[in-house]
Amino acid sequence: MTNPNGNLLEVRELRTYFDTEDGEVKAVDGVTFQLKRGETLGIVGESGSGKSVTNLSIIRLIPQPPGKIVSGEIVFDGVDILSLAEKDVRKIRGRRIAMIFQDPMTSLNPFMKISRQVMEITQLHLGHTKRQAFDHAVRMLETVGIPDARARANNYPHEFSGGMRQRVMIAMALSCEPELLIADEPTTALDVTIQAQILELIKTLKRATGTSVILITHDLGVVAGMTDHLIVMYAGKVFEQAPTSELFALPGNPYTKGLLRSVPDPTAEQGALYQIPGLPPDLAHLPPGCPFAARCDRAQEICREEFPPFVQVAPEHYSLCHFADQVYNDSRREALTNTLQKGMSTPPQ
Amino acid sequence: MGLVERDEHSEMSTQESNLNTLQTPPPIADGRGEPLIAIRDLEVYFDMGRGKKGIVKAVDGVTFDIYPGETLGLVGESGCGKTTLGRAILRLIEPTAGQVLYHGKDLAHLSAREMRKQRRHLQIIFQDPYASLNPRMTVGQIVGEPLDTFRIARGREADERVQQLLETVGLSKRFIKRYPHEFSGGQRQRIGIARALAVDPDFIVADEPISALDVSIQAQIMNLLEKLQREKNLTYLFISHDLRAIRHVSDRVAVMYLGKLVEIADAKTIYADPLMPYTKALISAVPVPDPKVEASRQRIVLEGDVPSPINPPRGCRFHTRCPYVIQACKEVVPPLVEIKPGHFAACIRISPEQPDIEKVAPGDAPGLAAAKSASSGL
Repeated sequence: MTNPNGNLLEVRELRTYFDTEDGEVKAVDGVTFQLKRGETLGIVGESGSGKSVTNLSIIRLIPQPPGKIVSGEIVFDGVDILSLAEKDVRKIRGRRIAMIFQDPMTSLNPFMKISRQVMEITQLHLGHTKRQAFDHAVRMLETVGIPDARARANNYPHEFSGGMRQRVMIAMALSCEPELLIADEPTTALDVTIQAQILELIKTLKRATGTSVILITHDLGVVAGMTDHLIVMYAGKVFEQAPTSELFALPGNPYTKGLLRSVPDPTAEQGALYQIPGLPPDLAHLPPGCPFAARCDRAQEICREEFPPFVQVAPEHYSLCHFADQVYNDSRREALTNTLQKGMSTPPQ
Repeated sequence: MGLVERDEHSEMSTQESNLNTLQTPPPIADGRGEPLIAIRDLEVYFDMGRGKKGIVKAVDGVTFDIYPGETLGLVGESGCGKTTLGRAILRLIEPTAGQVLYHGKDLAHLSAREMRKQRRHLQIIFQDPYASLNPRMTVGQIVGEPLDTFRIARGREADERVQQLLETVGLSKRFIKRYPHEFSGGQRQRIGIARALAVDPDFIVADEPISALDVSIQAQIMNLLEKLQREKNLTYLFISHDLRAIRHVSDRVAVMYLGKLVEIADAKTIYADPLMPYTKALISAVPVPDPKVEASRQRIVLEGDVPSPINPPRGCRFHTRCPYVIQACKEVVPPLVEIKPGHFAACIRISPEQPDIEKVAPGDAPGLAAAKSASSGL
C-alpha cells in the first residue's frame, strides 16, 4: 500500500509529554511534518528542543512512564504507527524503520561479537539461518567500509574505533533495507575527519538504496550538505520548515536567523559573532506567548501574550512567528543587497 | 598510566635552567616581538603502567611561541595531545622534557613552590562546566577561593571583588550564594571564567571551553572571551576540535597530529591556504553552514582512523593516511619548516621554493634535505 501523495511518513500534531517532579514537560508539542520517499529531512535544534523525542516517538521508543504520546498521528506508508499493537510495531522497527544513535560506544553490546549483533537483525526480521545471516553481516560490513570484514566480524566492539563502531551501527541499520533511516546525531561523537567519512558513507548508501533519511543534528553545517528539507525546532515546537537551500538563504523566523548568524563561517572573515541572548526556556514552565519571545530581538507585546501562528511565507516554507512575513521579507531584502554588493565589489586578490 | 621519569636535562637546578633560558635561541617567528610564552621541545610521555609495554608520546617535541595579547588556536582530533600540551604548559601534567619559558623563567623546571607563585599569572578554563566546579561550594566560594589562596583580598573586599567578577562575566551578583547545580551549562562556564579571572592572570589556557555547550550559548561564551581579552589584554591558548570556532577566535592556529605540531600560521592563511596534507584534509572536512558552498566543494575524505599513539607510525606520523605519501615519508621525521613567512609546516614533500604539494613532481621531496640536516643536528 503506497500513499498516493508520495509521502512515506506523515507526522500530524504529535504531542509527547513527560511527567517530571517539576510538572508536565511538553517535550514535543504539536509537531507536524511530511517526508517524501527518497528524501532527506534534517531536524535541527538545541538540546531540549524536542528533536530526539520526536524521533523516538516515531519508532515508539518513548519510555512510558514518565513519557507518553498524548495525541497525534504518525502515518508511515499509510498506517498510523500510534494505533498499532506493540508486536506490530516491532515488525516495523529495525526492519522498515532503522535508527543510528549518537553514541556508538553505548549502542553496541560490549559482550557480543560484532558479527552476532549484526546477524541478530536479519535472523529476527528476515528469518535468516545462522549461515545466511553471517554471510549477510559480512557483506553489510564490507558495504560500510570495514576492511577485512570477514575477520573483523569476530571482534568485540572495544576492538573497534569510534568511527568503525558507527560504521557497524550503519551496517546493522541498513541490514534489512529499511525504507526510512533515522540518524540521531550520527557524527556528534566523532572527529571531524571521521565525520566526513561517515557523512559521505550515508550519502553514498542513500543514493544506492533510495532510503529516506531523517537526520537529527545541532550542527547547521552537517545539514547544509546532506538534506533536502529542514525543520528547525525550539521548545518542542516546529519553528520553521522549508527546503534546505531556501531556509539558509531566506530564513523566515527570528530564531533560525539568530542561529544561522551565531555559527562562525570558516570561509568568511567575521567581526563579533551574533549572539542570541539569554537561555532556552524551562519547558515545564513555558510563558503564555511565543516561547522565544524573551530572547527575540524583534519581540513585541503580542509575542509575549499570544502564541504565534504557523505562517506560510512561500511555497513549502512555513514559520512560527507573529511577524513571519516581515522577517521573510527582511531576509529577501538582505539577500538582494548582498548579491548586489558582491556584484559591485571586485573579488579579492 | 604514570609519568615517565624526567631525563637528566631536567635535573639541572632551577637557577641553572634559568640561566639557560636567557641563552635560548630567539623566537621562531620574528617580527612579532618577544613571545609571552615560548615552548621549546616539550615532551610529555606516559608509560602504560605495570606490566604493560609501550610509551604514549602524547606530546613529542613541540616548539612554538605565544605572543602577548593574541589568541593561539590549537586544533587536532581526539588523542592528538592538544589537551595534554595545554596542561603541561601549566604543569598540571608534568612535562617529561623541554622548556616552557615565561618572563625569563622556565616553568617546566621550577620548584613546586616557585610554580605556585606563577599560577597567579597562568590560569585555565576547563571543558566540562559540570565537572570542574565543586558542587558543594557556592558560587561566591568558588570564585573567591583564588583570592584567598593568593592573599589578594579577604573579607568584605573579597566579597566586592567576587561581585565585580560575576558582573564582568555577565552573571548577576545575586547568584553569589547559589550552588553550581542551579545553573545551566553556559552559566557554569561563566563561573569557571570568573574563577580564572579572579587572580588577574595574563595567560589563560581555554581547554575546549565551548564544546559542551549549545550553539546559541557557544556564541555567547566566545564573545565573552573576546571581550575580556580586549579589556584585560589577555593572552589565550584556545584548545578545541571545533575548527569553525577556532577560526573565529584565533589570531594564529596551530595544528597537532599524534603528539606533533604539524602546521602553524595565522588563522586566515591556514584556512585559505593550508600546506600540510593533514591540515588540508582537516580544513576540507569542516561542514560549512551554507548549502551552496556544500554542494560545490571538493572534500578530501581521508582513509582510515587516527593510529594509536602508543606505537605511532615511524617517520611522518601522518604517512599511513596521507594521499601524497612516498617512501621517504615513512623514514624521515619532517621538521617544522618556515615554508612561507610566518607559515610553518612539517612535510618533506614541500619546501619554501615549492610550497604547493599539488605541483610537486610525483616522488619528489624538496624538503628532504632540510629534514635530514635537522635530524643530524640533534
